[in-house]
Amino acid sequence: MSRLSVFGLLGLVIKRDLLLAMRRRADVLTTLIFFVMVVSLFPLGVGPEPDMLRKMAGGVLWVAALLSSMLSLPRMFSADHIDGTLEQMMLAPQSLTVMVLGKIVAHWMLSGLPLVLIAPVLGLQFDMPADAIGILMLALLLGTPVLSMIGAVGAALTLGLRGGGVLVSLLVLPLTIPVLIFGAGAVEAVSGGMDAASNLSLLGAFLLFALVFSPFVAAQALRISME
Amino acid sequence: MAINWFKYSAPSTFYGLAGKLTPWFAWPAALLFAVGLYIGFFVAPTDAIQSEAYRIIFIHVPASILSMFLYLIMAGYAALGLIFKTRLSSMMASALAPTGALFALISLWTGALWGKPMWGAWWVWDARLTSELILLFLYLGFIALQASIEDPRRADKASALLAIVGSVNVPIIYYSVQWWNTLHQGATIKMTGTSMHVAMQQSMFTVLVACWLYAIAMGLSRVRSIILEREANTQWVKELPEVKQ
Repeated sequence: MSRLSVFGLLGLVIKRDLLLAMRRRADVLTTLIFFVMVVSLFPLGVGPEPDMLRKMAGGVLWVAALLSSMLSLPRMFSADHIDGTLEQMMLAPQSLTVMVLGKIVAHWMLSGLPLVLIAPVLGLQFDMPADAIGILMLALLLGTPVLSMIGAVGAALTLGLRGGGVLVSLLVLPLTIPVLIFGAGAVEAVSGGMDAASNLSLLGAFLLFALVFSPFVAAQALRISME
Repeated sequence: MAINWFKYSAPSTFYGLAGKLTPWFAWPAALLFAVGLYIGFFVAPTDAIQSEAYRIIFIHVPASILSMFLYLIMAGYAALGLIFKTRLSSMMASALAPTGALFALISLWTGALWGKPMWGAWWVWDARLTSELILLFLYLGFIALQASIEDPRRADKASALLAIVGSVNVPIIYYSVQWWNTLHQGATIKMTGTSMHVAMQQSMFTVLVACWLYAIAMGLSRVRSIILEREANTQWVKELPEVKQ
């Protein structure tokens, strides 16, 4: 058997997860529909005044993104856990950290990226100006991978527990507060006529920080859960 | 004479030691609470700006300090348990968590009671209040994770990892909240620069020491229960006089 390079392994894991998800498209769509629904509920709850909606759009979209990414977290490892694939992955000579990173990337492509792509449509619903929508997309592009990464740790820790779905939100949501603050802050800065660069830089910093540590920590968490 | 430094790292020996130590922390804690609150309520003068309402500070500030320190100590014990696989460290971590959460709750509660007469609202989204609330969430997450895993070894390790991730995040959360707060609203009411009266300092310091002693006493007595629960099937527990009868 030829030796796999790190990127070869990464690509293999991502390709496999994407293929599996494409066989069950409903799962991906549910998360997306949930996101659209939650965002659309806000105007019904607080009233249709365009000024207020424009003002709260960034925050609403971010909170909804946070919630819908929590929704898909329990699925990150559970299917592989049930059919025994995860055990084989841990026995494999290749690095578990890299495989976990692959699963995180695949999870983001299935749950984070669709949100980034549909966000402009929802932004228009809230009458956001074009430049704010651009920044919102950029902030979501930087921030949603962090949600998947922090979420991976929570998903690994709660693997196979009863009530794991609610528990994982309880563990992960407090840790995602900085992403929420700076993600929504970037949108608000643009709407207020300021520069969003500092908020976006911080989101980028979170992304790099999480990219370095979270796959390793999630791999350790998986080892604890699978013992 | 060689000293066995690790004698008390075994739950069976620590159980007895903790039992002997608990009253030595619990009684001074009760005494110092009484003394500190007496000074706070009867000796310390009325504040010029806040009149009598400020007196809640004597509980509020020590509780906030304790809630933050206990999280770090808890995470430290949890990390020790994870790295060196010492069972007692993990038990200490889970013994401290409820006390830490209690102090966080007291801090929020007294903060709200203090906020009503001072700021005119039970709750303001002040940076410190918000971070304290998030700290309470972190405690609750730790306790909930531990409660939902049946195997105690896995529960210890999983919650230890969570506590470590949490303590790395605490400074990031703290500074994000602070920045968010300054972005959203103007400076909230701050403590004015007036120096504190000596009696106020004495009272606050006494209550702080009392809180520490209380936390230690609670931690020790709760760790005894945890030891008994986890070692219920061992010989030494069955031979304990309080179990035998």
